[in-house]
Amino acid sequence: MDFNSSSELIALCDKGMSITQVMIAREVTMGETDSETVIKRMKKALNIMRESAHIPLDKVLPSKGGLIGGEAEKLNRHLLSGKSICDGVLAKALIYSQAVPEVNASMGVIVAAPTAGSAGVVPAVLLALEEEFELREETLLDGLFAAGAVGYLLMKHASVSGAQAGCQAEVGSASAMAAAAAVIMMGGTIEQAFDAASIALSNLLGLVCDPIAGLVEAPCQSRNAIGAANAITSAEMALSGIKAVVPFEEMSAAMLRVGVKLPGELRETALGGCAVTPTGCAHNCRIFGGNS
Amino acid sequence: MAFISVFDVIGPNMVGPSSSHTAGAASIALLAKKMIGEDIARVKFTLYGSFAKTYRGHGTDRALVGGMLGFETDDIRIRDSFGIAKEKGLVFEFVCSNNDEDVHPNTVDMEIVSVSGRYLVVRGESLGGGKVRLTRINGVKVHFTGEYHALIIMQRDYPGVVAGITSVLSNYNVNIAYLRVFREEKGGLAYTIVESDEEITELAVSEIKKNTAIKDIMLVKRG
Repeated sequence: MDFNSSSELIALCDKGMSITQVMIAREVTMGETDSETVIKRMKKALNIMRESAHIPLDKVLPSKGGLIGGEAEKLNRHLLSGKSICDGVLAKALIYSQAVPEVNASMGVIVAAPTAGSAGVVPAVLLALEEEFELREETLLDGLFAAGAVGYLLMKHASVSGAQAGCQAEVGSASAMAAAAAVIMMGGTIEQAFDAASIALSNLLGLVCDPIAGLVEAPCQSRNAIGAANAITSAEMALSGIKAVVPFEEMSAAMLRVGVKLPGELRETALGGCAVTPTGCAHNCRIFGGNS
Repeated sequence: MAFISVFDVIGPNMVGPSSSHTAGAASIALLAKKMIGEDIARVKFTLYGSFAKTYRGHGTDRALVGGMLGFETDDIRIRDSFGIAKEKGLVFEFVCSNNDEDVHPNTVDMEIVSVSGRYLVVRGESLGGGKVRLTRINGVKVHFTGEYHALIIMQRDYPGVVAGITSVLSNYNVNIAYLRVFREEKGGLAYTIVESDEEITELAVSEIKKNTAIKDIMLVKRG
């Protein structure tokens, strides 16, 4: 059992299967495993996500490069003070989206989703929705399988690599995955999930990968926040009945086309964008010495 | 294209910060450690390309040492692998190569001596997203990913050796997924890499070893 496009997945679901059932069947038939193992592994991923989204809320973690640390705690304190200008889901998603990259940059344990650099987006959206709507674990797992379905199609037909196609392929893909997950978790249809994914991708089209000093710290961390916010926005639109003007498959192809046209300087080489601002260069010299 | 698992998308579970520079590095070293099959006494890492330039900031060095200690990519002990190595008497050193020609940007050569004195030189490449492959064993070009249960057989390039291997495996009911022979030159040193869905037993290994053209066999279990 496998699918090669959103329409093939939708066709399978029209026959009465859920995305979760299709994704588990895929692993069982092609990944030489059984359904219990698949669910167990996904629960483990969810637990790691949950832990990494919470560790830095009251503890500042030192990052390897020293560019980030303490952002999740600041946002959390801001929310608790009652001065937040965001609503519950968004405010919480922002906190978690900053926490996971902080754990990542301090050599803590995270789940790459789809990459380490974009690992904050999916957990941020899932966990914020879980808290605000008191969702069950089963619903979160459905969200992860939906995110996995979208991410698999992007990995297969486009790219999830910053070095290949820029940040739009990392945070953009993560955002599309989280948007689809949010739709499924909140009771939307599979068609709406792919609408949300397409809208999310289109909103971040062209985003470059320009890590300061080549490290997975800045601007990666704050781009996780925009990936999460964009996912919530896109899911809200799709759930309201707004359709993506460009279907998911076409948008995924567009993302890859834009990505490969990005100059090498803007694809994870630290030779463009934020990395070569005077401040970016100064950080690079401080971290790696004057010769790089 | 190989099967893309949902856990390639939602995963790997890993110590940060980089799937290629941290998780990939740990996987390469762990694969080499599994090949040698016992604790490591000394290892020299030679880093190339992006590994050489950014290894400190990405914790590539700690991940490589962690892999040599047998840690999986999501083992938090990777963070403290230098201290743990010291406790266990594992001696390591890092060398950066300026020669980036004809090497993948994330490449490491590992010169390993085990506690019993086994010696192995392996080249590994980190391909992104935590995916890795080994491309050289003791100077011979190979292709090995560790995604299956595997036998790495070091042999003289001699007629009938491969037939002998497959007949033993067939007697032990091992279904071969892939079998490839890599050699330096005709009649010289060759490596046969057998990959299988099922675990391969020590008994089958000792049976295969009876062929005098075979010098060594490394049994590598899938992670």
